[in-house]
Amino acid sequence: MMRTTDTNASVWPMVFLSWVIATVSTLGAIFLGEVMGLTPCILCWYQRICMFPLVLILAAGLFPLDVRVVRYAFPLALVGLSIAVFHLLVSEGIVSETLTPCTQGVPCSQQLIEWFGFLTIPMLSVAAFAAITAMLIAIHFKASK
Amino acid sequence: MKQRTIFIGTAVLLAIAFALGISLYKSQKTEHSAQQVTQNKEALVRFHSPTLGNANAPVHIVEFLDPACESCRAFYPFVKEIMASNPEKIRLTIRYAPFHTGADEVVKVLEAARKQGKYWESLEALLVAQPQWALGHAAHLDRVWPFLEGLGLDIPRLKEDMKSPELAKLVQQDLEDVKALNVRGTPEFFVNGRPLPEFGPDHLKKLVDDELAKAGASN
Repeated sequence: MMRTTDTNASVWPMVFLSWVIATVSTLGAIFLGEVMGLTPCILCWYQRICMFPLVLILAAGLFPLDVRVVRYAFPLALVGLSIAVFHLLVSEGIVSETLTPCTQGVPCSQQLIEWFGFLTIPMLSVAAFAAITAMLIAIHFKASK
Repeated sequence: MKQRTIFIGTAVLLAIAFALGISLYKSQKTEHSAQQVTQNKEALVRFHSPTLGNANAPVHIVEFLDPACESCRAFYPFVKEIMASNPEKIRLTIRYAPFHTGADEVVKVLEAARKQGKYWESLEALLVAQPQWALGHAAHLDRVWPFLEGLGLDIPRLKEDMKSPELAKLVQQDLEDVKALNVRGTPEFFVNGRPLPEFGPDHLKKLVDDELAKAGASN
């Protein structure tokens, strides 16, 4: 018999999916920055600081499955989500740029990319962090049952 | 066991997608910047730009340079080496992309030195001494002067010449051309109008060799 239990079968795919989202986001950020040569603004850097480690932490929790990975990944995801939401507000002009720390270098309000006419980098970031955060919460409740 | 396969498979898939994305993007970009050059031929070479080597050379390298840029400093001997190993066959034109803070003032120093016929000496002296005057990604004009001593320059005249609106216009024009040609980093090279496919001395050498071969074949 394998060690695989019911929890493992239902929770593993969720941790895995969180890892996939974090990895795709990380590769995307590296592509935008290193390949396309776009300079990340300050808020982007803080979001990277939260996103990049998730790739390693979540992967470490997959083999063997350790649901306590949620404890370590959740703070990063939550802080990343907060910064991403703030960044989105700045880029949509709801919060004014003067309140942000980005007075020098690349302004956070500048929209470098608009895919399909509406999709911006901050939106993608909010979506990724929100999905990971939601997934981690779901894992927590599922595993504690 | 199956989970491990899924994980490794996904990781490999993502890595492949990433690598494909890079190569696709790069090939598109090279094509795009080559197009930009054909559309902006006049932006590539201006009459005001300093030029070295045989005017009728079959291969023409245009280098966009920032005197305060570390990579430009590292690249410079290499460019000279390529020219030395193909005498009379290569012409070099320097354009400016002074991205570092204060670098535009150093460009004016060089251009004012050109008026006294000491351009290349000054450029080389300043590149050699670059770590002493370009600190923290900014050019410090006040630290530049000691390194120009011994070149036989008339410094008071040079400082006067730096104020001329002609030089300001030259820097302005180069910066506009930088935009038109989508130069994002320095040094950027165009060999007979062809941009570097990838950054690196070997890629420059290959591009030059290509163009030399083409010129040899047509002769």
